[in-house]
Amino acid sequence: MCYVVNNRPLSHHLNVKMSKLTTSSSELDLDRPNIEDYLPSDSIQQPHTKLRLRDLLDISPTLTEAAGAIVDDSFTRCFKSNPPEPWNWNIYLFPLWCLGVVVRYGILFPLRVLVLTLGWIIFLSCYIPVHVLLKGHDKLRKRLERVLVELICSFFVASWTGVVKYHGPRPCARPKQVFVANHTSMIDFIVLEQMTAFAVIMQKHPGWVGLLQSTILESVGCIWFNRSEAKDREIVARKLREHVEGTDNNPLLIFPEGTCVNNHYTVMFKKGAFELGATVCPIAIKYNKIFVDAFWNSRKQSFTTHLLQLMTSWAVVCDVWYLEPQNMKPGETAIEFAERVRGIISARAGLKMVPWDGYLKYSRPSPKHRESKQQSFAESVLRRLEEK
Amino acid sequence: MGSASSTLTQYDIEDVQEHCNNLFSQQEIVSLYKRFCQLDRTAKGFISADEFLSVPEFAVNPLSQRLLKMVDGLNFKDFVVFLSAFNPKASMPQKIELIFKVYDSDYNGKVTFKDIMEVLRDLSGSFMSDKQIEDVLIKVMQEAGYNKDSSLLLDDFVKILDHPGLKMEVEVPVD
Repeated sequence: MCYVVNNRPLSHHLNVKMSKLTTSSSELDLDRPNIEDYLPSDSIQQPHTKLRLRDLLDISPTLTEAAGAIVDDSFTRCFKSNPPEPWNWNIYLFPLWCLGVVVRYGILFPLRVLVLTLGWIIFLSCYIPVHVLLKGHDKLRKRLERVLVELICSFFVASWTGVVKYHGPRPCARPKQVFVANHTSMIDFIVLEQMTAFAVIMQKHPGWVGLLQSTILESVGCIWFNRSEAKDREIVARKLREHVEGTDNNPLLIFPEGTCVNNHYTVMFKKGAFELGATVCPIAIKYNKIFVDAFWNSRKQSFTTHLLQLMTSWAVVCDVWYLEPQNMKPGETAIEFAERVRGIISARAGLKMVPWDGYLKYSRPSPKHRESKQQSFAESVLRRLEEK
Repeated sequence: MGSASSTLTQYDIEDVQEHCNNLFSQQEIVSLYKRFCQLDRTAKGFISADEFLSVPEFAVNPLSQRLLKMVDGLNFKDFVVFLSAFNPKASMPQKIELIFKVYDSDYNGKVTFKDIMEVLRDLSGSFMSDKQIEDVLIKVMQEAGYNKDSSLLLDDFVKILDHPGLKMEVEVPVD
């Protein structure tokens, strides 16, 4: 596989255009050294024999790649919902399943709604006074708000009968460190938040979720971004750096995939979290699908529907591993660091790595990928022309 | 997966199998149907160009636009027939016919010098000038006994391309 050399600097090698008005400086970068290392190795062979008409006309390798992509591709696989296998298919199991539905919708669901309502009442009746009355005593107020946010998250988790097993040392608040985790659903945040009050960087959502984001999550310290705004990226990078360097801030949690993936694969990590000059503490989350498929397919469901689906399932069972903190090795670029950490998380949670940028869900791949193929074709033809 | 008739009946499968000359096994057809429904997100019964392009591996292929012309709007049966050319059991003439169709963009049964140049332009992008492509093509065509004004027919393509090294095979994953 040839290493393709461009005339442009490596930072422009792979870009994803977010809007038609972007200039190259505000494009979302996703630098990677070698896309050829990741793509399937059925790429075009480059023999060194004399060029004949047959060789020029034979487009079968390119066509094979295209047809291969039509038949199956690693990107679409990442976002496929995989509901658990139905088991209610015979006369004995079907009534049992019906009974289960009755229990889940008739008994568990109302109970859970009750628990959640109770939790909200307790939370709001404590949070609002604390927030308003302790305005002057910031340190105490922050501590209490932190505890309260952890509390409401625990109520949320209880409302789906969440059984979460935490492995590894609990995160502590220290400056110059960031936490990164793989992303399956917005509940990842709640599952992690109930143990430690993280500050988080999130896409601003509409509706009631947005309301929660702008009120309660503000108190734990949150950074907002807007995926569709390219200039946003520089502002966000600056805010991240400021947060990490501050001594009094809650530990920062970032989901570097940038989008929800179906808990079988990981897509490429954005390098933003890895170039802050901080220690990166990886967290791996794996949901047990036997109970419910926790993947939030944002193309198919709203978050409310997703939550309701969770509240009418038996349980949400997952494992959370807090892994060993990593530092950038000397001579390592931010991208290499990101990929290394992705490897650590994927290995721990049993996920397969794919070489795609999660944002391709929302936009087309950049022409740079195609250009590297075109360049290697052109070079091969011109080289073989010289052969006798 | 969203389609109203997401399950194929045995009759449907056999019908499709007949259409593609039994090149695909029944399991492969079921697999292809699942894939078809996955790509056809709005359950229209065909896959639009936009939906094909949402597969990044397809979108970055230099010949994606040419192939899109051939696959855009195909229903499932024709989709399977298109893919059957990539079956290991497909005959060499069938494979070469597909290649011919990719070149023959105006469907007049003839591939001219200009047609070949356009495909080469797609494949080499901005890394070869038109002059360079023209020079290379004239040289190799002359060596093969053709000239700039020759039009190649399907039989010519078969004569040129038919050799054991031509492999155009895609495996359909069956779970």
